[in-house]
Amino acid sequence: MNAPQKPLPQATPETEEYWAGLQRGELRIQRCRACNRHYFYPRPFCPHVGCHSRDVEWTTVSGKGKLHSYVIAHRAHPAFASPYVIAVVTLDEGPKMMTNILIDNPTPETLPADAPVQIVYETVNEKVTLPKFRLV
Amino acid sequence: MPDSRTLRRKVAIVGAAETDTVGHLPNHSTLQLHAESAFNALADCGLTLDDVDGIATAGVAPAQLTEYLGIMPRYVDGTSVGGCSFLIHVSHAVAAIAAGYADVVLVTHGESGRSRVGVGGFGGGASTIGGQFEAPFGVFGPPSMFSVPIVHYMKKYGLTEEQLAAVSVSTRQWASLNPRALMRDPITIEDVLNSRVIAWPLHLLNCCLVTDGGGALVLVSEERAKDFPKPPVWVLGRGESVQHTNISQMWDYAEWTAAAKVTGPEAFRMADMDHSAIDHLMLYDAFSHTPIYAMEALGFTKPGEAGPWFAEMRGAPGGALPVNTNGGGLSYTHTGMYGMFAIQEAVRQLRKEATGRQINDIETSLVHAPGGWFSATATLILGNQ
Repeated sequence: MNAPQKPLPQATPETEEYWAGLQRGELRIQRCRACNRHYFYPRPFCPHVGCHSRDVEWTTVSGKGKLHSYVIAHRAHPAFASPYVIAVVTLDEGPKMMTNILIDNPTPETLPADAPVQIVYETVNEKVTLPKFRLV
Repeated sequence: MPDSRTLRRKVAIVGAAETDTVGHLPNHSTLQLHAESAFNALADCGLTLDDVDGIATAGVAPAQLTEYLGIMPRYVDGTSVGGCSFLIHVSHAVAAIAAGYADVVLVTHGESGRSRVGVGGFGGGASTIGGQFEAPFGVFGPPSMFSVPIVHYMKKYGLTEEQLAAVSVSTRQWASLNPRALMRDPITIEDVLNSRVIAWPLHLLNCCLVTDGGGALVLVSEERAKDFPKPPVWVLGRGESVQHTNISQMWDYAEWTAAAKVTGPEAFRMADMDHSAIDHLMLYDAFSHTPIYAMEALGFTKPGEAGPWFAEMRGAPGGALPVNTNGGGLSYTHTGMYGMFAIQEAVRQLRKEATGRQINDIETSLVHAPGGWFSATATLILGNQ
């Protein structure tokens, strides 16, 4: 039996710029020119309630944010070394995104909610770089 | 302008039953569980498959079920949005029966969640939104997805692991009164906290069971409802919604927004009643935090107060407002899409058939469930008057 593999993303036309940006070491997300708010994940219109404009643009953002919520996974994906941290971070520009927090021996005490975090570009192979985060 | 309030108490559940047993059924395929539930629910009200002219199901395609049962209905609802699908089937059946689309609607659930007999594939591709923006980070099934909002809630409201554990303890107290429940031995807060960590802050005993089983319902109009052997259970109110499918896209990690803004208000408005008129709650408990979010979103407590409410055992046997009297997904059974079993227990209570745990003088029950991980939401208010 083959060893379990980590799932890897496959880009679609509306997300290609995001994945290409990560390979260059840039966090590229979209901003709505009508309501001036950033959003994530990529799509060709603003998903905010009351806006939904199609006048949107790509921007490069800071990669800084806060630890919004997380679990310390002890029994989850077999290809991941447990325990590992599945987290949702709030970027300083507003949007939330799922990620992993890179930390040895994660505990609730070492991972206070709202702690500042910073992106780490994790190169998986020649096609995929994943956005991971670490505590600042 | 049509108004859902005109459909209050126009349609009743007249037949309701589960599979003969629930729990570990390795000799039943998924479709067999549907069929056994259907036959039992029809027998419960004295009808046969030939009387059924409307069908609703989830998990399997409606045509798989009708082919297997050998029926050709004139109304079909294949809404499949997770565990609350069956609440939505009831909601839709009310409108369908009132509109004359069907006279007798059969809603079925069957799932070989534990034994995986005759189960189809699962999981999305690498180019789906989840495949791109969640799966690469190791989310893997409900325990690592449904659980992601909890830490944010804990920070905002001070919810403790002990309060989370109290939901499991309270629910187990009810299970100990139900001979059909899979897990009946009493547990303590310490037992929950000492059980192994699955995805902190969730321990094993904060997580629902994984079982095999099924259930079915038969619904008819007000005019026909008096002709059946058991008292009708009326649909008084309903609400439904869908929002995210990826947990990172949930609107607010401290609030079940679809329940607070859509399904709760719609159900109470249609039923023309307020919270004080509700005698019994069935709040789908996939994990310990799910009923906490439900209590607050539906307005039974203020935001942040449901954790202490459960810790004071106010939903337990002897408490002010009984919650999950069958023992819930945490201790009774949980096939994967548990919503059907929540409705079944509400029907049992409203029919005064909940031997050993019957609530005295019960007239109303509110059933509330998520699909996915707060992804879909549905609320029913049922009554026996």
